[in-house]
Amino acid sequence: MDLAHDVSDDTIFHLEDDHGHAESGNSTMLGFWIYLMSDCLIFAMLFAVYGVLGGNYAAGPAPKDLFDLPLVALNTTMLLLSSITYGFAMLEMAKGRVRSMQMWLVITGLFGLAFLGIELYEFAHLIHEGATPQRSGFLSSFFTLVGTHGLHVTFGLVWLVVLMVQVSRHGLIVANQRRLMCLSMFWHFLDVIWIGVFTFVYLMGMLR
Amino acid sequence: MSAGHHADTKEHGHADHGVDHGTLRGYLTGFGLSVVLTAIPFWLVMSNALGNQMASAIAIMAFAMVQIVVHMVFFLHMNTRSESGWTMMALIFTLILVVIALTGSLWVMYHLNINMMPGHDMSQMP
Repeated sequence: MDLAHDVSDDTIFHLEDDHGHAESGNSTMLGFWIYLMSDCLIFAMLFAVYGVLGGNYAAGPAPKDLFDLPLVALNTTMLLLSSITYGFAMLEMAKGRVRSMQMWLVITGLFGLAFLGIELYEFAHLIHEGATPQRSGFLSSFFTLVGTHGLHVTFGLVWLVVLMVQVSRHGLIVANQRRLMCLSMFWHFLDVIWIGVFTFVYLMGMLR
Repeated sequence: MSAGHHADTKEHGHADHGVDHGTLRGYLTGFGLSVVLTAIPFWLVMSNALGNQMASAIAIMAFAMVQIVVHMVFFLHMNTRSESGWTMMALIFTLILVVIALTGSLWVMYHLNINMMPGHDMSQMP
């Protein structure tokens, strides 16, 4: 950095520095990506645990007795729809249309809520049937893996609501755009993890 | 990057450098592919169309891999250019760790189970 040059621009130099980063999102986006990769490792470990323990039923229920594939398909649809509606929100953001962006964010949030609702219904149903996390190694690892994903979606929803409030109060300032980009990556990343969940846990479980 | 210098908050025309918001066509393509790549595995398992569990398992894993790539490209806008390739580097590093952790755990624990088997009737285990 040529300090003398920046100082000659008076108070601007901080803004400009901030700007160069924020607008192209350089450091924040890379940093957030690295966070997502570390999150990916957490899920990889939980998948490994499920892979190792997933066959230990302890004479309890097996995936075939528990899982309801049409319900999982519905759940998958909800998450996939929320992904595409978030994409639409980002397109509206790029065009600077705050109102329609907010509308797409609301729709995304509703799909996310539907996903969570269905998942909680499934969990409640399993627990009601006696398939609690304590029942067997399979169920412990199942609840840990799927529950961690659900927890991520929950925090994503909280984040979404906070950002909608932020945008309504401060508009589409550069900082808010950056935050929305981060949440976009987070949200799509959760959908990627869910692909692994429905394939390895639910579909493979039914094949076992 | 080169286009990141005007103070306009409405970023027009940042097609392939700086922040990539994607395009409507890109999102719709990704969504269409995802729907197909999700529907086929569910159909394979629910209807048992292949009639062979091993073949079904390999098929649905292949579909999952392809769908993950589709999501990475169309929704997360992964490419080798963003952040001068550092996002791709981080991804490759992570994938290597994931592969080591997953195959290592499954391989070791599978052999552990096999070695426990001979001479032991598991129903008599405490």
